[in-house]
Amino acid sequence: MKKLFQTLLPSLLLTGATASAAQELHIYNWSDYIAEDTIENFEKATGIDVVYDVYDANEVMEAKLLAGRSGYDLIFPTARPFAERHIKADLYQPLDKSQLEGLDNLDPVIMKSLASIDAENAHLVPYMWGSSGIGYNVEKVREVLGDDMPKDTWRLLFDPEIVAKLASCGVTLMDDPTEVLVAANIYRGADADDFSKAGIAGASETVAAVRPHIRYFHSSQYINDLANGDICVAHGYSGDVLQARDRAAEAGNGVEIAYAVPSEGALVWTDVMAIPADAPNPGPAHAFINYLLKPDVIAPITDYVAYANANRAATELVDEEIRNDPGIYPPANTQAKLRETPTPSEREIRALNRSWTRVKTGQ
Amino acid sequence: MKLKPGLPPARNLIIAVPWFWLALFFLLPFLFVLKISLSEPTLAQPPYMDLIREIEDGFVTLVINFSNYQLLLEDSLYLSALWGSLKVAGISTLFCLLIGYPMAYAIARSPVHWRLPLLMLIILPFWTSFLIRIYAWIGILKTNGLLNNLLMGMGLIDSPLEIMHTPIAVYIGVVYNYLPFVVLPLYATLIRLDLTLLEAAADLGCRPWKQFLLITLPLSMPGVLAGSMLVFIPVMGEFVIPDLLGGPNTLMLGKLMWTEFFSNKDWPLASSLAALLLVALILPFVLLRHFERRAEEAST
Repeated sequence: MKKLFQTLLPSLLLTGATASAAQELHIYNWSDYIAEDTIENFEKATGIDVVYDVYDANEVMEAKLLAGRSGYDLIFPTARPFAERHIKADLYQPLDKSQLEGLDNLDPVIMKSLASIDAENAHLVPYMWGSSGIGYNVEKVREVLGDDMPKDTWRLLFDPEIVAKLASCGVTLMDDPTEVLVAANIYRGADADDFSKAGIAGASETVAAVRPHIRYFHSSQYINDLANGDICVAHGYSGDVLQARDRAAEAGNGVEIAYAVPSEGALVWTDVMAIPADAPNPGPAHAFINYLLKPDVIAPITDYVAYANANRAATELVDEEIRNDPGIYPPANTQAKLRETPTPSEREIRALNRSWTRVKTGQ
Repeated sequence: MKLKPGLPPARNLIIAVPWFWLALFFLLPFLFVLKISLSEPTLAQPPYMDLIREIEDGFVTLVINFSNYQLLLEDSLYLSALWGSLKVAGISTLFCLLIGYPMAYAIARSPVHWRLPLLMLIILPFWTSFLIRIYAWIGILKTNGLLNNLLMGMGLIDSPLEIMHTPIAVYIGVVYNYLPFVVLPLYATLIRLDLTLLEAAADLGCRPWKQFLLITLPLSMPGVLAGSMLVFIPVMGEFVIPDLLGGPNTLMLGKLMWTEFFSNKDWPLASSLAALLLVALILPFVLLRHFERRAEEAST
């Protein structure tokens, strides 16, 4: 036995030594939210080993973060309300800006907006941004509603008369109380951020009126279903709807998908990068943020994921077709219709969620 | 079941192993859940407050919060979800029995060399991942899916059937997935059935269907009960099948727990729901044991 130890011990020490020499970085990001070769290129450039995991909902990432010791060094939460409340709960460590180059290239409008939830931009670096609106199957909606169909209005999702007609080809809403109830508030002409009891009840009633005609509530399922022609109108994120459009075009199945920002107003969101307070490897995490700040690195990611990045120096490097797509880089008149996602308080969130479960299940 | 002091030590040891296992992997985690269910949610890491808090140097106080359970009982949403889960579990169990019993009966009565291949056919789907099999059902049931294309191709229907995202899809998925759990224990009881009893009944002039009702069915009750439990209990807490196949109006405890835990970050309330589910599951067990004992006492 002792002999076995003597032979094993040096090799154990050796493996221990090599493991600590190679730097590791654990990233937790949304699924389908980076270019195919970004990680590989980063590993080649820096020699850091990346372990890359993905989630499909902020909530899933948040639950791991709240449980503590998640082991992740870099996460990509949505700024409002997720990163906002994580900063309040001291879950992030402040960035060491001496390790980051090119912060000046970031869009000052976005940085200013982020500063309202993150004083002096101490914790967050913006990654991508987009809007949530309406994705629809052009031909099928025209078939049902005729040539003079409304295109850029929430009526496609909340007017009971219209939705009842569209129900046969499939209408879906996101499974997200803030997104849907705020959109319902905008549709019925109330304040978007009216999270009072009456505000939530009014928005819930608007959704309840169309609920019998809603095929399902889901925040990513519609990508495939739009592309396959299984549904014809979906409440969705800009980039996701555009992915559905591209998938349908690739499949050559004759399905034409379009994205519309409703003229009544729509929500805009920003996803950010942040380093958890208990991150084991903050150094490599800074190195990765620094890498993504390079315009020639972030531009191909935008080409791939169909979301606009926050780096102004990168815009001219983005593929022309993407750069000129009003769904991705909206023109000024569309931008005027976009507003920040309002943040409900913790108490309001629980009221929203419970009201949401009732509406969805028809209780 | 209590450890008797007179037992030989080796036997004590063998009985202790499952008890130790249960204590470590069931009782202890449940105590954690119970502890969280009595605390208050807060925005921190972890997102609930400690039960024991220090008020000033050296002085601690124990804060127990029953308001989560109060909310569960006051807000009709949670009792509706419990009812929804009971309904899905109950109806699914019934259909599993209605389909599984004839299957088990047929296998048990088939020629010996057929039994193993037939049983293999029941077990074989389990070699594929559970998730893949549920996704396969999405492919079959959806609007542009296999079933609708087949029926429309044959000219049986004009417009596609809306099965996906309805309660029917949930029942299909649940019954499909849990059917083997009914067939296998039923087969095990039916194969051990003493066939001479049926012969004797036939000799005395009993008709086949009456033989089944008076002899086969009562003697296979242990298999029926075991199979029902194996379906009913997991379906009560089922989350994946209703989430993937169900529509907006599927209200079940599993999904509600997900919402409380992930969307509301209300771990205490989610834990209270878990405790409620456990009580809802243990109660029928305790009642069953009680009736079994009474039956045993009556028969002796």
